Amino acid sequence: MSEAVLMEPAPPIEVEAPPPRTRLASLRRSATFWTGAAIVLFWTLCAILGPTLVPQDPYADHLLHELAPPSAAHWFGTDQLGRDIFSRVIVGARDILTIAPLATLLGVVAGIALGLLTGTFGGWIDAVIGRAIEVMVSLPLIIVALLALVALGPSSVTVVVVIGLVFAPLITRTVRAAVLAERGLDYVAAAELRGESRLAIMVLEILPNITAPIVVEATVRLGYAIFTVASLSFLGFGIQPPSADWGLAIAENYGVIGGGYWWPVAFDAAATASLVVGVNLLAEGIQEALSA
Amino acid sequence: MRIPLLRLLGQRLALAALTLLLLSLVVFAGGQLLPGDVGRAILGPLADPRAVAALDHQLGLDRPASMLYLEWMGRLLHGDMGLSYAFRRPVAPFVAAALVNSLKLAGLAFVIVVPLGIAGGVVAALHAGRWQDRAITLTGVSLTVVPEFVSSIVLILVLAVWLRALPISAAWRPGSSALVQLQHLILPALPLVIVLFGYIARMTRAGTVEALEADYTRTAVLKGLPRGVVIRRHVLRNALLPTITVLATQTGYLIGGLVVVETLFRYRGIGSLILTAARGKDFPMLEAGILTVGAVYIAATLIADAVLLLLDPRQRLGDAP
Repeated sequence: MSEAVLMEPAPPIEVEAPPPRTRLASLRRSATFWTGAAIVLFWTLCAILGPTLVPQDPYADHLLHELAPPSAAHWFGTDQLGRDIFSRVIVGARDILTIAPLATLLGVVAGIALGLLTGTFGGWIDAVIGRAIEVMVSLPLIIVALLALVALGPSSVTVVVVIGLVFAPLITRTVRAAVLAERGLDYVAAAELRGESRLAIMVLEILPNITAPIVVEATVRLGYAIFTVASLSFLGFGIQPPSADWGLAIAENYGVIGGGYWWPVAFDAAATASLVVGVNLLAEGIQEALSA
Repeated sequence: MRIPLLRLLGQRLALAALTLLLLSLVVFAGGQLLPGDVGRAILGPLADPRAVAALDHQLGLDRPASMLYLEWMGRLLHGDMGLSYAFRRPVAPFVAAALVNSLKLAGLAFVIVVPLGIAGGVVAALHAGRWQDRAITLTGVSLTVVPEFVSSIVLILVLAVWLRALPISAAWRPGSSALVQLQHLILPALPLVIVLFGYIARMTRAGTVEALEADYTRTAVLKGLPRGVVIRRHVLRNALLPTITVLATQTGYLIGGLVVVETLFRYRGIGSLILTAARGKDFPMLEAGILTVGAVYIAATLIADAVLLLLDPRQRLGDAP
């Protein structure tokens, strides 16, 4: 009972490990996965190649052409500084697609380390980290991130670190639950009998067997990371000007929508929505395939 | 039976108090790490350094952090939440007014989303695997992951700018009737509804599917009860229990959403209060705001736990012999 109070187990991700070939086959057949993959690939290409592809300089002001509606010269119109919105939307994928994956990676690496430690060793390590996680998880995410960003000052590095650290406990919880499920299995006992060290058992035996829930958790977290980075940028605590970031662009331009100027925000909103939906379709597809 | 229930509630209460205490420490530490000098922030970049030092001294900020924390906790326990750096007035009335506003907004969102989410989840479960299920689940998943500021922008463009059906801002004239206030609140409530819908529907669907497959449901069907009665009396009663816990945990997401939505719609709630305090480095205001939000969230979780314990006798069997 005290165990349950200390740390409620993460919602079980039911992964029954069918042979890898069937998993890949069901992933290959998944329309959800492919739709998501196509969207994410599109924006990744924009992020990498965008600056060389765009028709106009996304950062150049044209003060005589501010708030021009969409036209042949400016497909998506221009913003309050006369910058070409089409070019900015394409280039705007760059920062969020750098920061969100890095933050997720940090959270996943920290979460795997802590999850393996608590799951394998148990005892007081588990108790201390478990309680700290309970507290962290019980605080609203964006509030914690906001507080840390006020304290550290907003910059891309702090956003990565803060989101990574906020995510780490959640991933720890998943990894710990997966480790606990594996620990009682025969191969772990066999490795112990062979005299393998606990570290070796942890990294070489257990970790390869829990990749499925980790992959699922990581893709789900990537979706949340994009959500959080975009929201923080909108609030002024994420990606900073003069970036063409979508959340930032909406923050800069939503003041004028009352005047009927829809184009400085509508395309950025559509881009953000398509990216988060894409990543989540990807995650959904992977989750379905791995639990099939 | 009574004792385990009370003990269980007591344990939750103790854990909640501990969480709140740690939250206050975290918030305080965050505040002390503020790189910007508060006196400098208030007086501006051109002020004389001596004036800044004098103001810091006057505000008592040049003493050790542990002293400041203990003193602040002491005052807090007497109901004094401190003076705002920006307004030079007690923080508590600002926080209280903002909390009332936020509760109105959040309440409206919940009133809309709870029946909608539950209905969606039940319909999806009853048609599990068919197109209705797929449509509801995919819509829910897609809507849940879209940040509130994005859905807000779309809703503003469609409902306020193009159709002119709803006011664009949540700020109503002082003394407006409840109906006018409601009209101003619908648009800001919708993005919250959109974010919450998917999760509530999903959890309700999962609970309903489980209840539909349970033995007691099969028994009810086999003894000849009409389908409607089986669903109402046997399936839903069991399926909706987990939804109560879900609603409490959603308060956390809701609070994050409030920061964004209240800022976007210029609504004077606790979310925009926290953001304004964060931007202005108004430390007492920020701390009071975050602690209030934390307390509300922890209270919501506690109430959900208690309701679940009262409604579901099985929960009480947990550590009974």
